[in-house]
Amino acid sequence: MSRPAPWRDVRVLRIAFQAAFLVAVGAFVLWIVDNTVGNLERRGIGTSFDFLDQPAGFRIPGSDFRTSQSIGDAILVGVETTIKVSALGIVLAFLLGVVVGVARLSPNWLVRRAAALYVESLRNVPVLAIIFFWYLAVILRLPTVEVAGLFVFSNRAFAVPNLTLEDGIGLFAVATAVALVAAAVAWRWRTRRFDATGEPHHRVLWGAGVLAAVLTVGFFVAGRPLGIDTPERLRFGFAGGLEMSPEFAGLLIALVLYTASHIAEVVRGSILAVQRGQGEAADALGLSPFQRLRFVVLPQAFRIMIPPLANHFLNLVKNSSLGVAIALPEVTRVVRIAISQRAPAPQSIVILMGIYLLFSLSIALVTNLVNRRLQLKGRG
Amino acid sequence: MTTSPLQEPIPVPEEGPPITQLGPREWVRQNLFRTWFDTALTVLFSLILAWVLYRAGRFVFVTGRWEIIDRNLTNLLVFRFPRDELWRVWTALFILAGTFGVAAGSAARARDRAVAEGRVAPAQSGLALRRFGPFLLLVAVLLYFAGSLSAFLLTTAVAAVALAARFAGYRVPPNRAGWGLAVGVLGLVAAFAAILGFGGVGWDRWGGLLLTVFLAVGGIAISFPIGVLLALGRRSTFPAVRVVCVGYIELIRGVPLITVLFMGAFMLGFFLPPGTETPSLETRALVALVVFTSAYVAEIVRGGLQSVPRGQIEAAYAVGLSPVRTTALIVLPQALRAVIPAMVGQFITLFKDTSLVAIIGLTELLGVSSIVTSQPDFLGQGLIFETLVFAAFVYWVGSYSMSRESQRLERRLGVGQR
Repeated sequence: MSRPAPWRDVRVLRIAFQAAFLVAVGAFVLWIVDNTVGNLERRGIGTSFDFLDQPAGFRIPGSDFRTSQSIGDAILVGVETTIKVSALGIVLAFLLGVVVGVARLSPNWLVRRAAALYVESLRNVPVLAIIFFWYLAVILRLPTVEVAGLFVFSNRAFAVPNLTLEDGIGLFAVATAVALVAAAVAWRWRTRRFDATGEPHHRVLWGAGVLAAVLTVGFFVAGRPLGIDTPERLRFGFAGGLEMSPEFAGLLIALVLYTASHIAEVVRGSILAVQRGQGEAADALGLSPFQRLRFVVLPQAFRIMIPPLANHFLNLVKNSSLGVAIALPEVTRVVRIAISQRAPAPQSIVILMGIYLLFSLSIALVTNLVNRRLQLKGRG
Repeated sequence: MTTSPLQEPIPVPEEGPPITQLGPREWVRQNLFRTWFDTALTVLFSLILAWVLYRAGRFVFVTGRWEIIDRNLTNLLVFRFPRDELWRVWTALFILAGTFGVAAGSAARARDRAVAEGRVAPAQSGLALRRFGPFLLLVAVLLYFAGSLSAFLLTTAVAAVALAARFAGYRVPPNRAGWGLAVGVLGLVAAFAAILGFGGVGWDRWGGLLLTVFLAVGGIAISFPIGVLLALGRRSTFPAVRVVCVGYIELIRGVPLITVLFMGAFMLGFFLPPGTETPSLETRALVALVVFTSAYVAEIVRGGLQSVPRGQIEAAYAVGLSPVRTTALIVLPQALRAVIPAMVGQFITLFKDTSLVAIIGLTELLGVSSIVTSQPDFLGQGLIFETLVFAAFVYWVGSYSMSRESQRLERRLGVGQR
């Protein structure tokens, strides 16, 4: 079999085209890099990443970061804040989103309407407007110190009661472990009993009861090792409790409310996507509405929910970068300050993007793992 | 034994489920007081809702200090735009009203024909009011704050042009859909030209709502072709092309918009050859928005490409079309039709996300609403509450109406039902 001439051979042409494409893309990237390096050097900025080791020269409010520490350390402090606000936000937004999403399908007309009002009003407003609103228009206009019982809401800080650990905590930790094991044993026993005889298992009641009993005994035996630290009013400001800066509280509240409105739609859509026959079958078996939701509909809906849900979690992490607009020292804000303190902008932004890419990749990884475990084992 | 002659089976009329019309008393019982728990919820939520509505109503009509909006309405809408050139914006509005009217008219004509042929159900009554209700409310609010006769007359004239164009559009022969598209694109271009061209005002002096709309419309219009190319590249049979496209899309989708905007604001000047003048901040923001959005558009278009059945491509090859012609004539038309609702969704996202350019110092709607509170007359009175509520309302009307329209489109195109 004779081969066609090289300029008419599809295999050769394919390779030639791809080579030409790569050369064109490479040339474009090189052109940009070359321009950037040239421009940076002409302005005497340089292209190295040495600046990370240089003293930052700025302080980060709300942390014990010193001005003599390096810019790299400052970025790490920012990453920590980003992780804190994202983790708290994801948990709270998920809980609120599931409640609102289920409420949108409630048989009660008023509940349905209220949930729809919440979703439609928040989903259609820019998240930055919501952040500004909570921070500038609500939190900063609170009185200077307002101690409302156990909680503090003020324009200087938010505080909630905090647990304190005292002597004997080691013994109490052992008691906690014992309590958990005992509760699990009680749970298993009730489940077996139910399987064997069919009498009502009440395993939630039993488990919780055993847990509470053992914990109470352990608490007093160990000599009351836990205390509650409530914020108290001082002459200026207050002290104690678990404290949050107003910026942190503002960003957290806004992100939770905004993301929950999107998660609610995901939850509603996933519940509707479960085949109707499943719910009807549960009704036919005589399950209560709660049992129908808990044992039949939600487990199936959850499987459908995971990919879009992960997407909204990722959006929350990315939206936490808007803390830069209200001066919350998360990683974007720290990099922004560093740039204004003469750190070279291109390198700083590349690092910033790399950090967020790392967040995205890790969330994608976790999602894929969960997804694979929960996927229906079909015939492929 | 007699054999009965073969009989045609008598067709049994199919019965749908019985339609139950509940009386008002029965409805209340079913929907509000089914169980004791339901009753408790109803009481609780009516208290909450009543309180929220009371507070909101009191704020809007009684305690809200709206003077700041009243005096800054032009700032919020166009900001630094030269006041003696405002007629250009009105001209653009007239052109857009005409364009939308023609489009709506020809769409209505097509729909009426479809209804007459029994292909779609006729529209419900009161739909028009529900569709345009939020928009009309916005216009009413703007006119209230403008409070001038000339603004009222001009708005009425714009509405009249839109109505007239709708009737003209209704007369367009329905098989000339290409004309409608051409008129739409021409209208947009003409509207931009009316403001920019003929010794007009460059977009570095635009602001407020005008800048918001410009960034959103310009961003999506430029992102669309780039996104289509990226999506095609991602599905290409050339591994090298695929790797480059996947790399770009995933890189951009993994980072927040604000970092891309920072790149535009701080780095774009460095990318250009030495000696080139750095483009204005508005242009750099637009470039960043396009870089960001085209990755998302690419993923949407990829979804559309995947929804085209494999048999379509095989059939095209079987009749002897080349790969390029197959993509252009067979795959893309079907794919792009399927992604229209998702593209509207992306446009809404972009419309809301343009507010982020306020962080890099541009004065679009959200930016203006936070800086007008530092005017000497309004300083330190906490008026940010009022301005933010106003800005949020404008954003809400835009994205709520568009999302309702995209849901309607989705139902009409039957996406996801095939």
